[in-house]
Amino acid sequence: MSQHLPKLLLLPTVVLTAIFVYGFIAFSIVVSISNWNSFGINLNVRSPWYQTYLDLFANPRFQIDLRNQLIFTVLFLILTTFIGLVVGILVHNVVIARGFFRTLFLAPYALSFIVAGVVWRWLFNPETGVNLLFDILGVNGALKAAGMEPLKPGWMTDPSVVLSINDALGSVIPPLRDLGLQLGIPVALIPIVIAASWQVSGFAMAMTLAGLGTVPVEMIEAARVDGASSWQVYTRVVVPMLAPTIVSTLVILGWTSLKIFDLVVAMSGSGPGFATDVPGIFVYELTFQAFQYNTGAAASIMMLLAVAIVVVPYLTHTYNRQEDAE
Amino acid sequence: MATTVATPAKLPSRNPRTSARTWRLPRTAGEVLVLIVLIVFGIATLVPFYVLITAALRSSAEAVPANMWDFPWNTSADGFAQAWGLLHANLLNSFLVVVPATALSSIVGAFNGYVFSKLKFRGSNLIFTLVLIGMFIPYQSVLIPLVRFLAAIGLYGTIPGLILTHFVYGISIATLIFRNYYAALPKELIEAAQLDGAGVLQVFFRVVLPLSVPGFIVTALFQFTSQWNDFLFGLVVVPDPAMQVATVALNNMSGSLTVDWNVVMAGALIIALPTLLLYLLLSRFFVRGLLSGSVK
Repeated sequence: MSQHLPKLLLLPTVVLTAIFVYGFIAFSIVVSISNWNSFGINLNVRSPWYQTYLDLFANPRFQIDLRNQLIFTVLFLILTTFIGLVVGILVHNVVIARGFFRTLFLAPYALSFIVAGVVWRWLFNPETGVNLLFDILGVNGALKAAGMEPLKPGWMTDPSVVLSINDALGSVIPPLRDLGLQLGIPVALIPIVIAASWQVSGFAMAMTLAGLGTVPVEMIEAARVDGASSWQVYTRVVVPMLAPTIVSTLVILGWTSLKIFDLVVAMSGSGPGFATDVPGIFVYELTFQAFQYNTGAAASIMMLLAVAIVVVPYLTHTYNRQEDAE
Repeated sequence: MATTVATPAKLPSRNPRTSARTWRLPRTAGEVLVLIVLIVFGIATLVPFYVLITAALRSSAEAVPANMWDFPWNTSADGFAQAWGLLHANLLNSFLVVVPATALSSIVGAFNGYVFSKLKFRGSNLIFTLVLIGMFIPYQSVLIPLVRFLAAIGLYGTIPGLILTHFVYGISIATLIFRNYYAALPKELIEAAQLDGAGVLQVFFRVVLPLSVPGFIVTALFQFTSQWNDFLFGLVVVPDPAMQVATVALNNMSGSLTVDWNVVMAGALIIALPTLLLYLLLSRFFVRGLLSGSVK
């Protein structure tokens, strides 16, 4: 009895995980290759079975979503990791009110993405918020005096895509000249990157602080004895030693980014011309509003794959390292 | 406990800065600069809180876009009164979902964590990895079967259905936190109790569980926060407006043209308060929980 007890204790979890995680994913895969694209269930395999995936990648909205997801992920990762690293190092070194700053910077992380989205939606409303602040702080007065246009971006109402690389690509690979999709940064996505970064930078800071706690003091002192300035100590000794922490941070932020849904829904939804649409919204709408279950399921399996590509190598690596340590 | 960082095999000495609580005024130019930059970042972090709180305190007449940055000299409780009227039922729904789901997943997580750290058997590491993966899946990829499954057992659209959902998907992180927590408990403690003739469960209830309070605080805090803040499961599992959880109701309210801005902000503030207060009161436990999510 006693030797089977551990297995017995795990039984509920094993059963629930088998159903809710692996069984459900398997079911979603079955749906994604089926003919089920209206309200009534139909699990007959579509012919060819991968047709829904082909349609998905040919779908202009999904193509926009992939671009948005890529741009969002890259900008969000760079901004959040950078702020988290800088603020973490500063909080680590500040001589006064360290606990206060740490608590303050992490506070947004305790909020729901919906709450954050509701506030940031107003902050980037073109009629008020940040644009009003430009007026109040005299930015627009100064621009006017210099004979320039006042700064009044449409933010999430702006459908345009800046820094498009279509022409450059087209001159190298002529067939790409007629690509319908604008490969660039959608202006409407920028406020969402800022809001997400505001909310999650505290997490990156906490990771940095935890990493800094493991940097041996002797190394820093040795570098100082060798005559390195504080800047050199950090750029040449400390930050390189934080590399594993930074990788962990990037993986978790990447995972957060690939599932992004709530914040975008609360701030702008799909946006003008799908400028802020992301796969998370696509899956929800196709499944629960358009009842195109196979398309929704196929897109969700793509989200799962994207997350797996980011997370599985990381988990495997962490796991192996642990096994070695044991 | 559960920091992510690759710990060197031999730690010479930890940087004392992280735990030092000595306050002093900045002495060098560099120290002043660090403080100034932090104050600038601090103000930037506080801006959305300023807008959230000041807008919530305005009367409907004064809650116009042009006033956003004005200090609310004439405060009004109208926004809170109306927001409470619109959201109190949803807040109750959230509590009814999150409290039992948090309790259930924490308890199951404690048992699992104990097995995975102290009662390992052949294959237990593999099971642990398979359970852990559940934490990372984007929940979009289980929504269709989830809805059908809940409908089949009669729980779709109900509070118990959402409790079950949060409970099940909360197990993996709870297991991870407890596994790391129990891994740090000395083996001798358990062996001594076993020598006294205590069985596996007796050891757990008499020796391990009394030492688990911090583990439960970390896990419960993490679960409560993530389930309270959840939107996707609430939206999909309980779509009926009368039974919606608070985040879903707030999102609908914010998209509605008939609700004033001060009311939306007051509602957002009310919904933010439980997790924000827990965080401010228990911030050290909160940090431990969220760092454990990064797996060690």
